[in-house]
Amino acid sequence: MTVAISPPSKKQSDGLQPTGWLRYFSFSLDHKVIGLQYLVCGFIFYLIGGVLGGAIRIELASPIADFMARDVYNQVLTLHGTVMIFLWIVPVVNGAFGNYLIPFYVGARDMAFPRLNAVAFWMIPPAGLLLISSYFITGAAQSGWTAYPPLSITTPAAGQILWILSVLLLGGSSIFGGINFIATILKLRQPGLKLMQLPMYCWAMLGTSILVVLSTPVLAGTLVLLSFDIVAHTGFFNPSLGGNAVVYQHLFWFYSHPAVYIMVLPAFGLVSEILPVHCRKPLFGYTSMVYSIMTIVLLGLVVWAHHMFTSGTPPWMRLFFTIATSFIAVPTGIKFFNWLATLWGGRISLNSAVLFSCGFIVNFVLGGITGVALAQVPFDIHVHDTYFVVAHFHYIVYGGSVFVIFASIYHWYPKFTGRMLNESLGRFHFLITFIGFNLCFAPQHWLGLNGMPRRVAEYDPQFTVINQISSVGALLMAISTLPFLWNVVQSALSGPIAGDNPWKALTPEWLTSSPPPVENWSGKAPLVTEPYGYGVPEEPLNLEKTSNIDSDLGSKSE
Amino acid sequence: MTSLPTIDHDYQEQADLADKHAETGEEHADHRMFGLATFLVADGMTFAGFFVAYLTFRAVNPLLPDAVYELELPLPTLNTVLLLVSSATFHRAGQALKRNQSGQCQRWLFITAGLGLAFLTSQMVEYFTLPFGLTDNLYASTFYAVTGFHGLHVTLGTIMILIVWWQSRSPGGRVTSENHFPLEAAELYWHFVDGIWVILFIIFYLL
Repeated sequence: MTVAISPPSKKQSDGLQPTGWLRYFSFSLDHKVIGLQYLVCGFIFYLIGGVLGGAIRIELASPIADFMARDVYNQVLTLHGTVMIFLWIVPVVNGAFGNYLIPFYVGARDMAFPRLNAVAFWMIPPAGLLLISSYFITGAAQSGWTAYPPLSITTPAAGQILWILSVLLLGGSSIFGGINFIATILKLRQPGLKLMQLPMYCWAMLGTSILVVLSTPVLAGTLVLLSFDIVAHTGFFNPSLGGNAVVYQHLFWFYSHPAVYIMVLPAFGLVSEILPVHCRKPLFGYTSMVYSIMTIVLLGLVVWAHHMFTSGTPPWMRLFFTIATSFIAVPTGIKFFNWLATLWGGRISLNSAVLFSCGFIVNFVLGGITGVALAQVPFDIHVHDTYFVVAHFHYIVYGGSVFVIFASIYHWYPKFTGRMLNESLGRFHFLITFIGFNLCFAPQHWLGLNGMPRRVAEYDPQFTVINQISSVGALLMAISTLPFLWNVVQSALSGPIAGDNPWKALTPEWLTSSPPPVENWSGKAPLVTEPYGYGVPEEPLNLEKTSNIDSDLGSKSE
Repeated sequence: MTSLPTIDHDYQEQADLADKHAETGEEHADHRMFGLATFLVADGMTFAGFFVAYLTFRAVNPLLPDAVYELELPLPTLNTVLLLVSSATFHRAGQALKRNQSGQCQRWLFITAGLGLAFLTSQMVEYFTLPFGLTDNLYASTFYAVTGFHGLHVTLGTIMILIVWWQSRSPGGRVTSENHFPLEAAELYWHFVDGIWVILFIIFYLL
């Protein structure tokens, strides 16, 4: 691992913070260290979640439950969902990149509350251990990541309680992170930097953090009530004791629908950072992008019951939530076309970061289309709780968020480590990830439309061939991790030196050394008021000039 | 690696520009109150979830015929008065600190903590005299869960007040007229807890 030997700094010379590689295992207050802690910790959980997902696909390669017992299958699918959502995507798109980039983008030396930041990170490993160890000690929870009662009340209690404790810890970590991001973006901007001059990822993180702060506490409260139902035998959500299971669903989805935006809005922001740099064009439609994000935040809070169309929802509620959900396609579509317009006519370097970003755009539009379809009540009732929903969901969170995480790793790895990744391996990684992902999840649309229910270890033998195709795709996805891991480790040890700004980017994190010093910039923080000032918009087209990279960059001076 | 003279040049220029704007950006201004307020929004959402759940239960799930769920008004009304008065006394403590009247400040803080303890005692009395228990029926469970969660907040707040009171006793201590963050933070939190109680009182006792 390459680690910055940072020049002795005035601010951090108290000697309390460890230096060298040890700081990655310490209660470091440096936002860059914490960001990488989130990233590596999240990736370890991605591998664990991937093994669990692989186990599911092995089981489903044959129509009978021959690979594991049915209750073990339930535990595996519960752990797979919980690990991937709460320990991989949410911490990485928010915690990892947010912590690393946001202080740079606002021109600050660190986050607003560095100590709270470290606390938020260090809540994650214990929560993850609690969750994983529940499988070995008591048997893990069996009620899926949604933990719907009465299922979560009637399945073995110990695993469910450990699951609740773990999610409460992760929710707390998420709330602390959200508070920190809001304070950093709104309060720590350097003087002279206006909100509408911030890089798009700041807006995405602001919107996401608002969702985190407003919705996560509701989930926490709900899970506390659920734990009362399990431990103290109260009847909040237990119909046999006079309770109401649908109220749990409402409260759960009040968090868990915004959770989808908590996973995907930061990914939108990251793509908006990556594309302009590698296309040498300004981000198209900055203002419309900002308003789209904020519209998604507002609408995202009032669409939750579209998960509950089959839960005895009254007709007026179905109507309202169908319309509200369909409306989300508008701001999302605006963002989608903005990315296309950013690519349009740009001088695109088709490197791994751009390939993964384009993969994201393709996958996400497919997931978006099935999302609009699922918002329509008649269609939703037909495919509810089938593999169609599984396919849609994975197109959003894997095809969307995870592709962007990989794009971002390829884009910012030179900044993290000071070394370049191997491009050929990166493109190979993209190719088998993209093929494997689509092979795995595209056939599941068909499975769902034809009535294969989700969360079952056994199915009708007529679905065998399609399930086996899907499992082959999963195998490819598993294999795709190997070139990536090799690339990351190998390049950290002996990759070519990246230099400060290998992509010739304009955002502030590139205007410092790679990896950056503890205080981010050795001098004053640069005031970047035009983070996407690529190309020469105000001058008439001059082919000779636009093909010259130095004059492109020079044009950003005002 | 090609060199980028233009960037370096701009970078310096921009840094100088940032320099001119203000020095204040370098040293952290105090954003702790902002952070606390954001946290209280989150905390308030937990209560909002509980309140909405309770109201939905009331609207949708009728109480079973043999279930016992009756609340008396006198004690909770006294509790409401106690908390509202404690908000006022805490405010007086803050004003006294700003005027640098340490003795006054300590007296008001002490009274506030006493009112908090009185609230908790009165709440315990109510718990032990109510004719229903935690698991008796749906409304009873919700009542105990939500008032208990609020009581936990009052307990934490009272402990905070006692800590602030203790720290303000020594003249060179951590709570002075220059450093009033601990007192202000505890005060904001206390007002929040009182506000939640008023909503809770209306929803659970008056509706």
